Order: sequence, then structure tokens, then C-alpha cells
Amino acid sequence: MFGYYFDLAQRSLRRNPVLTALMVLAIGLGIGASMTMLTVLHVMSGNPLPERSTQLFYPQLDPRGMDDYRVGEEPPTQMAWIDATNLLKARKGTHQAAMSGGQVTVRPAQGGNRAFYVDARFTTADFFAMFDVPFARGGGWSSSDDDKQARVIVVAKTLADKLYGGGQAVGKILRLGQNDFRIVGVIEPWSPVPHFYDLTSGGYQDGEQVFMPLSTALALHQGIGGSLECWGYMSFNNLDRKTAPCSWLQFWVQLDTPAQQRAYREFLVSYSQQQKMLGRFMRPPNTRLHDLMGWLDYNKVVPGSVQLQTLLALGFMLVCLVNTVALLLVKFLRRGGEMGVRRAMGASMRSIFAQLLAEATLVGLCGGVAGVLLALFGLWVVRQQPAQYAGLAHLDAPMLYATFVLALCTTVLAAMFPAWRACRLPPARALKIQ
Amino acid sequence: MHPILSALKHHKTTVVLVMLEIALTCAIVSNALFLIGDRLSDMQLTTGVANNELVWVNSDSLREDGNPASRMSLEQADLTALRDMRGVTGVVRVNSLPLLDAAMWRSGISVQPGLPKATFNNIAMYLGTPGIVGELGIKLEQGRDFLPQEYADYSPSANQAPPSAVIVTRALADRLWPSQSALGQPIFMGEKGKYVTRVVGVTTHLLNPTLSGRTNSEDNLLLPVRSIPGGMYVLRMEPAARDAVLRDIPAVLDRVDNDRIITGSNSYARTVSDYFHDDRALIWLLLVVIGCLLALTALGVVGLSSFWVQQRTHQIGIRRAVGATRNDILRYFQTENFLIVSGGIALGLLLAVALNLLLMKHYELPRLPLGYLPIAALVLWVLGQLAVLGPALRAAAVPPVVATRSV
Repeated sequence: MFGYYFDLAQRSLRRNPVLTALMVLAIGLGIGASMTMLTVLHVMSGNPLPERSTQLFYPQLDPRGMDDYRVGEEPPTQMAWIDATNLLKARKGTHQAAMSGGQVTVRPAQGGNRAFYVDARFTTADFFAMFDVPFARGGGWSSSDDDKQARVIVVAKTLADKLYGGGQAVGKILRLGQNDFRIVGVIEPWSPVPHFYDLTSGGYQDGEQVFMPLSTALALHQGIGGSLECWGYMSFNNLDRKTAPCSWLQFWVQLDTPAQQRAYREFLVSYSQQQKMLGRFMRPPNTRLHDLMGWLDYNKVVPGSVQLQTLLALGFMLVCLVNTVALLLVKFLRRGGEMGVRRAMGASMRSIFAQLLAEATLVGLCGGVAGVLLALFGLWVVRQQPAQYAGLAHLDAPMLYATFVLALCTTVLAAMFPAWRACRLPPARALKIQ
Repeated sequence: MHPILSALKHHKTTVVLVMLEIALTCAIVSNALFLIGDRLSDMQLTTGVANNELVWVNSDSLREDGNPASRMSLEQADLTALRDMRGVTGVVRVNSLPLLDAAMWRSGISVQPGLPKATFNNIAMYLGTPGIVGELGIKLEQGRDFLPQEYADYSPSANQAPPSAVIVTRALADRLWPSQSALGQPIFMGEKGKYVTRVVGVTTHLLNPTLSGRTNSEDNLLLPVRSIPGGMYVLRMEPAARDAVLRDIPAVLDRVDNDRIITGSNSYARTVSDYFHDDRALIWLLLVVIGCLLALTALGVVGLSSFWVQQRTHQIGIRRAVGATRNDILRYFQTENFLIVSGGIALGLLLAVALNLLLMKHYELPRLPLGYLPIAALVLWVLGQLAVLGPALRAAAVPPVVATRSV
């Protein structure tokens, strides 16, 4: 039955190639544009750690003074050294880690090679276990290494390969700036998208190449960077990050059960009260505990321009759809005579409807192919842009299927109304006009 | 007019669909045109420096044993070496440049002494070594350049007294002293405004390193200093010499001292163009979308009118037979199209304003100036008339004899 309908549809579409091409083009353009932007949005708002994201939390405290105090104000987005240290020592979560970004100067041992900068992460021992960082060789450091300010580092495989060819890197000594460090682990390429654990330098930067204990980095004045939010007047020259009234650390904690999460919320409040009693905090307890996806949301990690472009693409698709509905209506109504004959010969309203939908399905399929090609082209154009996220814009298998399904569904849905109108034409009138 | 309206009543659905399409197109096109205008006005801002004659280079020394004195002498050696390059007419060291999108120092200032808190916040600070005003090509509207003795040792990060002289922009001067001359006025900085510096000059234009929104894009101070840790070198030359200079800079700097990392260098014109890259990309995207939308709408109108012409061939024949001229038939289809497009535009203008309100709420866009609406309406009217012309001419060509045929 459907074979016959598709045969009819094919003939009908061939009879008016211009109108058919117009419909396929309209659907293809609409689908192509919206799938390009939806793919970019999908990549940018993805879950960076699907297995762990519901157990990872980002606590916030408010250690600022009473200047400019407003009730209900959001606490700083980062943590001061003293609070981070206290929260680490409290060990209330399964894992917890404080961290900051920056860069280190790599000085290769082989003569002749120039020094270069790489991005570094200064953090504490639990970082690797908490974020499930995949190791190629060796492992992270221990919390006693944190306490001892041990000169150990973990490097990314790309850096290890660059420095030592394919050879063994674990155990080697690497000079960073003025100090020597022992490599204890090499990690596989690891670059969560978005770069959720530190959003202060853009949400979509690459993963770091060197990981170093935070205490060691502070003691040796390795290049801690990132943003620094301070309250009160102070000199930034010879800044002592441990005592300065500044927040500059990201802090993550893994809380596996709802009970643990509830307890941690209470702990944050009681900690704030205790600090206020000690005279260090001025404000009433002002704490937050976002989970991973909530934290991305809170930071509006997807740029407004991308959302705007997605909105534009969807609006464009809407126009394409209305256009398709109008064209299909014209096309179907024009065939009133043919429908009238079929009805008069005994075809039911339902079979006319099915025949018209088959025709729309064919248009939708062609539109889907055109849409995928246009989306591939659109994503290629996006990848040529210098934005941080540009390189990530690829069509993955689910989005490819989604494109086809969307094209087909929208066309068939768009055809519903015209087909319904066309199959309701009274056969007698259609025949009489003839 | 009446027969057209009553004919349209028989095609309500189709007419409504076309009107809807025109309305959506109108709403999107007017907002897209507005966004383009908005971005273009940003891109036409004057930086205030000699865009096409500057090249910058950022170099970090790896000698961490250095004390301030040895760092300064290294800076001096670099400056001398760069100045000796072929084609280079001047070199200065600065902390940042307009639209560099990096290294922006902001500070709070007051125009009265002893206030507990600064009255004007987020004022950008430019620091420059001797020659800053002349070498960058900054134009003074009032007052004078810095004197050699005014260049001081100062770092905005150190909570210390600033140099005694400062140059402000016209925009900032108008904000700080709305009704007085800015020359000689004091500016108070630091905790409780305990340090003072005086205005010696006013620049016509100098953009901030980063623009945020439309306002206060020229709120900045220019301070004369002797050396800038973590700063960058800016070289002035004829535009033709830029490529050769850029190519040779690493070798020249390495000859002074090769224990360094050159973290970036570029011609300033390219830096400015990079700053607006996203805006340009958005403009192109919007132009493509506008083009596609208009083309689709036009093709939709063509398809629909052709269908109607075909459907009414018989009636057109009858009208011709009872005395209607070709012009009457042409005019009929043109008027019909005008009515439909006008209906679409009326709805579209409402949608355009609604869409703009939505965008304003979520994306901090300014209000849509009403001037964009007639432009979009005119474009659609012209487009509709062009699209209907072909089918209408075909209708006008229908001979009266058709009326006598049964099918």
C-alpha cells in the first residue's frame, strides 16, 4: 500500500520540480540552520562528567566585610585560602579539593630547547580521585605530599611526549621556573567540556598540562594566576595569598548521599557562624552549595551570543515551516480534481490522507538530507571561528539522527493540516469544476 | 477593492499562512537589521591611537633573580634595541592598549579629598613610559604632554602615590567636571583618596582596553611612569614597515637577552580587527539569515500567486471577455499582493516589538528604534511586488478566448 503511495508521491513531486525543490530547500535551510546552532548549544551545555555530576558540589562562603553589604547578595564565587584550608581539614565530604589555575615555565633539560609556558593546575591530592582523572602511568600525590609541600607533579601525556618522546616520564625530574620537580604521574588527554572546575578564565579552555600541589606552588612562588577578588585596600605587590582578604580558590567537594549533602549545607552555615564568632566573618551566614550542573547554570557558562543565534535559527526554522505548510496546501489543493476522482472511485478519506502524508514524508526525507549537509557546512563555518568553543562544534551520531528525525517530524506535522484540508474537499464539487 | 477582498475570503487559510510568514519575516528582519546597526556603530569607534602605524610585542624575562634595578636596565636595553630597528620611529612601554582585551587595570577615583569611598569607580588606567602621547599618536585637545620630570616610579598594584601629572579623556573630563575646565583639577586616588594628582592634558579620544556595553567606553586615565613590570613594548613605524618589523622582533630581543619568552606580538591594526571578530561574524550570519528569509518568502509568494493564477485562468478569461484590460488584470494581482503583504506587515510590526522586548529582557540589548520598522516594511512591500510581478504578467497574458473553453 505504502509502496504505491510513495510511487504516486514521486510522480506528483516530479510533475512540479520547481515547487518540490522549493519545499526541500525551505526544509533543508530551516533544519540546517537550527541543527547547526542546536549542536553548538548541545556541545556547550553538555555534562562534563556524566557519572559524577550529581555528587560534585561547589560550596560558597561569604567572608567579606560589612562595606556595601546588601541582604540577599550572592557570596563570592571563589574561596579565600583560610576557608579552603579549614574545609579541607574538616573532611566532611568523600573527597574535597581546593585549586587554582596559572601557568608554569617549562625548561626542557636538553640544551637548545627554549623555555615555554604551559597552563597548570595547582590543587590538592583528592583532585584526581574526585574527578576520575584517567592516568596513563603512575598516579596522583598523597595528602601528606600536600602537607610536606613535596616537589612532585603530574603531567599530561601530550607534554610528556613532547619532552621525552615516547619514553617513560614517571620518575623523571622536570625543571619548572627555578625549581626541580619529580613526575609522579602521567594522565591521558583529559579536558572536560565545559571546563567546569574553574570557569574564571572562560568556560571552554583546554585541560591543563601540569598539576602541582597547591601548597608547593605557594611556597615556591610558581605562577598562580586566575582571578582574585579582594575586599578592602591593600598592596598587590608581594601579595601574601594565604592572609590577604581575597578569594581566589575554587573548591569542590564530593557528597555521595542526600544525607551527606544536607549535613554539608548545615556544616557550611555552622562554619560561617563559628567564623563570625571568631571575628573573621562580618556578615550573617551566606552560603551556597551548587551541584555541578547548577554551578554551570549559575555562571551562565553558555555565552548569550550563542543563545541568541540559536533563537535566531529557531525563528528561521519557524518561517521555513510556515512556508512549507503554505506550499503543501497549495500543492494539495491544486490536486483537488485528482483527489475527487480517487474519492469517487471509492478511496476513503483516510487513504487520501495517507497518500498525501506519504508525499510529505518524501519531501521531509529529501529536506533531511539537505539539512544534514547544510548543518555539516554550518558547523564547519563555526569551527573556523576563533572562539574558545569553536573547535568542539562537531555533529555526533545522536545529533545526526536527531536532525533526520526532526526534519521528518516537522515536515509530516506541517503536512497534517494541508492534507486534512485537501482530503475534506467534497469529491462531487471537485469533479464538477472539472 | 471589494471583489479582491471577497475573493480572498475564499482562501482564508492560504492567505493567513502567507500573512503569518510575512509577519515572522518582518519581525526577524527588523530585529536583525537593528542588531547589525548596533554592532556596526561599535565597530566605528575611534581608538584614539595611530591604528595603522603600531606594532606591539609582549615579552617575559625568565631572570627571576633580577631586582627592580636590573629589570629596569633590561627594559631600557630592549627599548634601545627596538628603537634601532629599521623603519621604527619610536618605542614606548605601556601596560595595555585600547581594545587589546587584556591587562585592564581599573581603579576608583574622586574629585574631592578625604572621601571614605571613591565616587567614580572602574576607571581604566593606562601607564606609559616617556614618549607615550607622541609615539602612540594620542591627540591632545587641551593642555600639554607630560614633562620629562613627571615620569615617576609607580605601580597601580602597590598602593603608593601616583605621578604628579595625569591626562584624562574628554569623555571622563566631562563626567568629572561637567561645567568647568579640567586643566589643573585634582584627582584623588588610593584609600580614602589620600593621594592626589593633577590633570595636565585632555585627549580627544582614547578607548578602554575592553568595552563593556555602550557606556563609559572612554573612562580612562593616562599616567606617566618610568618602567612597567609585565607591560608590553609598542613600536611606531610607517605602515609598510610593519611586517618586516614583526618578523625581526624576536631575533632583536633575543640578541639583548635570550632568557625570555615572547608571549605575543602583532600589528595593532590586526588586534583591533580581532577585537571585533565576533561582531563581524554575527553581522555576516544575520545578513545570510536575512537573505535566506527574504528569498524564501519571495519564493513562497511566487508559488502561491502562480497557483492562484492557474486556478483562476478561466475567470481571468471571462473578465477579459467582458472588457477588462490587461492592465486591470495586472493591477488586480498587484493590489491583492499589496493587501496580503500589508496585513502581514501590520502583524509583523507587533511581533517585531514583542521579539525586541524578549531580546531586551534576556540579552541586554537596547530598545529597537522605531526607524527600523518602516525599513523592514518597505523591503517587504517591494519584495512582494517583485515576487508577484511574474505570475501577474502571466495572468495578464491570458487571452479572452479562454472563457469560451470549458476546461
